[in-house]
Amino acid sequence: MGGYFNEMYDGKSVRAPYARLSDWMASMPADRRLEKQAEAEALFRRIGITFAVYGEGGDPDRLIPFDMFPRVFTGAEWSKLERGIKQRARALNAFLVDVYGRAEIVRAGRIPANLVFQNEAYERAVCGFVPPKGVYSHIVGVDIVRTGPTDFHVLEDNCRTPSGVSYMLESREMMMRMFPELFRENRIEPVDRYPEALRRTLASVAPAKCDREPTVVILTPGHFNSAYYEHSFLADLMGVELVEGADLFVEGGFVWMRTTEGPKRVDVIYRRIDDAFIDPLCFRPDSMLGVPGLMDVYRSGGVTICSAPGAGVADDKAIYTYVPEMVRFYLGEEPIIPNVQTWKCGEKDDLGHVLANLPDLVVKEVHGSGGYGMLVGPKSTKAQIEEFRELIKADPSNYIAQPTLALSTTPTFVEEGIAPRHVDLRPYCLVGERIELVPGGLTRVALRDGSLVVNSSQGGGVKDTWVLAE
Amino acid sequence: MLLSIDHVTTYRYDSPARGVVQSHRLTPSRFEGQRVLAWEVSVTGGVEGGSFRDGAGDWVQGWSVKGPVEEIEVRVRGQIETFDTSGMLKGHREMVPPEAYLRDTPATEADEALRLLAESARHDEPLSYAHALAFAVAGAIAYRPGVTDAHTTAAEALAAGEGVCQDHAHALIACARVAGFPARYVSGYLFADAEGTPHEAAHAWAELFVPGYGWIGFDPANRCCPDQRYVRLGSGLDAREAAPIRGTARGAGAEHLKVAVSVQPPEAVKSTASQSVATQSQAQ
Repeated sequence: MGGYFNEMYDGKSVRAPYARLSDWMASMPADRRLEKQAEAEALFRRIGITFAVYGEGGDPDRLIPFDMFPRVFTGAEWSKLERGIKQRARALNAFLVDVYGRAEIVRAGRIPANLVFQNEAYERAVCGFVPPKGVYSHIVGVDIVRTGPTDFHVLEDNCRTPSGVSYMLESREMMMRMFPELFRENRIEPVDRYPEALRRTLASVAPAKCDREPTVVILTPGHFNSAYYEHSFLADLMGVELVEGADLFVEGGFVWMRTTEGPKRVDVIYRRIDDAFIDPLCFRPDSMLGVPGLMDVYRSGGVTICSAPGAGVADDKAIYTYVPEMVRFYLGEEPIIPNVQTWKCGEKDDLGHVLANLPDLVVKEVHGSGGYGMLVGPKSTKAQIEEFRELIKADPSNYIAQPTLALSTTPTFVEEGIAPRHVDLRPYCLVGERIELVPGGLTRVALRDGSLVVNSSQGGGVKDTWVLAE
Repeated sequence: MLLSIDHVTTYRYDSPARGVVQSHRLTPSRFEGQRVLAWEVSVTGGVEGGSFRDGAGDWVQGWSVKGPVEEIEVRVRGQIETFDTSGMLKGHREMVPPEAYLRDTPATEADEALRLLAESARHDEPLSYAHALAFAVAGAIAYRPGVTDAHTTAAEALAAGEGVCQDHAHALIACARVAGFPARYVSGYLFADAEGTPHEAAHAWAELFVPGYGWIGFDPANRCCPDQRYVRLGSGLDAREAAPIRGTARGAGAEHLKVAVSVQPPEAVKSTASQSVATQSQAQ
C-alpha cells in the first residue's frame, strides 16, 4: 500500500490518535477476533440493521459488514474538519436561498445560469419562498476523503436526506458493548446526543404559525424502502411519530396526523421521500407515497418540510465544482476543506484533458450515484477504458472526471489478520436555528484489497469513528 | 372591455370519495392587461386551505372537502376589465427566472418534426422569429376538437396535424424551446364574439420570453396575440402544470367531469346560457 497515507502509522511509529489502540490490537489473537466479529454480526442481525446507504442500490436485506477496528481523529484534526463542514453547510444553504430568490450568484456571473435553472433538481414551485430560518438543507451529509496528515477533500455534498447516520450510532453502541475497556482507556467524544440534536434542529424550524411546542414527524415511503430501519430507529430515539403519506392529510391550511385520539396538527415533517413523490398535486401525479395538497400548506406557511423541496439543486455533481465559489461569494471566506479537482467533460478544454488522461482518472456520471456508471482508470482494462471513452464522447456533459485519489487507509480486520484498507467519512451537519455537528460520522471502508470504492454495493463496510477529547 | 365570467366545474364520483383535495389557480393574474372588479371561487362543502402567490405570480388556493362526497361543484364568478397590451405581459411580478422555462416535459418534448418546424420559421430578429413560430404551428396543426385528448403530446399532435388549443400551445412551446426561447403554457378564458372562431371559452395559449421584450403571449389557435378578449389565470411548463384545478379524490370510483364556461360582456350575461359545455369521464 505504498504511497497511501496510513492513518495509524507514520513509518514504523504509531500516530498519536492510535497510540492506545496498538496494545488492544496486540491483545486480539485470531480466535478472539473471530469470536468478537461473530458476536457483532449476530447483534447487527438481531436489531435488523441491514439497509443500504442512500441511493446505492444493491440488496436491501444484505448486512453491511462492520469492521471492529475504529477510525480515530484527534481533537485538533476534528476541529478543523468541523469548521470546514459547518462553513460548507452555511454556504450551501445561502446558495439555496439565493437561487430561489434573487439569484445574485448567477447575476454576478459566478455560476452559469443554465447549470442552476435548467437543473432537474431546480424546483420552480418554491421560487420566491424562504423557509423558516432561511434553511433549505437541515441535514448536510458531506463526504470527505483524506490523502495526507493534513490533507482533506470534499468528495460530494448530500443536501436532501443523507442516510447512514444510524450506522454512526449503532457502530458506537456495538463497540461500547463489546469493548467497554476501550472507552475507559480513551477519552472519546460521545455521539449519542445526535437524535436529540436532530429533534431540536427540526423543532427550531417550525413555521411561524406554530404557537406551541412543535409536533415533529418522520415521513417514510414505507417498510419496503431500503432505509426504513433508519427511519424507525431515528423516530424512536427522537420520540416522534413515524408516519406514511396515508397517515397525514391537509385541511384548513394545516397538515394533520390521524391518531386514535383524533387528528393532531403536524408542524415539522422530516421527510425521507424524494421531492417528486411528496405531493401528487404539485409533483408526480401518480405518487401514492406523499400527501395531496402538502405543498400548498408548505408554501402558505402552515408546515415546514425538511429538507426543503428544491434543496437537491445544491448537491448536483455539476454544481459541486462551484461550492468553493459559494463559500467565497456568500461568506467572504476561503474554503477550509477544498474540493477534489474536477474536470467537466461538457467543457471543451476539460474534455480534451480527460480523454488524453483516462487511464489515470476517475470518471463519474453527473447524476449517478452508488459507484455505478463510473470508471476508475488505474483499475480498469484497456477495453473498459475504450468503452468509456465512447460513452463520454457521445454525451460529454453527462460526465465529470477527477484524479484518482490516494485515499487514506486505516487498519482493518481482514481474513489474514489486520491490513490497511481505504476509508472515507460522512459527518452529518445539522442546520436549524443554529448549526451543530456531532463529533463523529459514518466511516465507510473498502474491504477488498486495493479497492478505492467504499460504497456498500461495491463491497464496502462501516467502522466506528472516534474523535478524541483534547 | 368588461367581461363577466361564470365557470362551473362539476365532479361526480361513481362511488363516494372519502375526501377530496384540490389546488386552484382560478384567480386572474395581476398585470396591466387586466383588472379584477369582483371575483369569487366557491366549492360545495369545501374548506379553504392555504393560499399564496407563487414564484410565477399565480395566486394558488388550496381546498379540501370531507367525505363521503358524491359530487363537487367548483364555481368561479367574476367581473374583470381587460386591456389590449399587444400580448405583452406588462407589469407582472414574478420570481421564476425565464431560463427555468427552457426545460422540457414529456408533453412538450421536441421530436425531429418539431425541430424541423422550428427551423423552417427561423428569423434573425427574435420577435419576428417568435411570431413566425406561432404561425408555423397554426399552419401545421388544424383546429379540430375530438381528435386529441388531455394526454396528447406536442409531437403526437403535429404528427396528427389536428388538435385543439392545448395542442397548439404544446407544439409552440416545444418549437420555441428548440429555438432557444423560454416558453410556457398559459391557461385562462377567451371571449369569442359572434364573428369569432369557435374556440372554447376555457382557453390556453403559450408565452415566449423574447429578449428585449419579456414575456409575450401567442395564441396559434386564433393566429393572434392575446388582447382584451383574453383573461389570464396561470402558467406552467405544460398543460398539467398550468391546470386551473389540480386535485385528487381518495377512494373514489370513476370520476365524471363536466365543465361549463361563459365569458360575456355583462349586458349579455342575462340573455345567454352557458356558452360552451364539455364533458369527459376518466377513471381514477
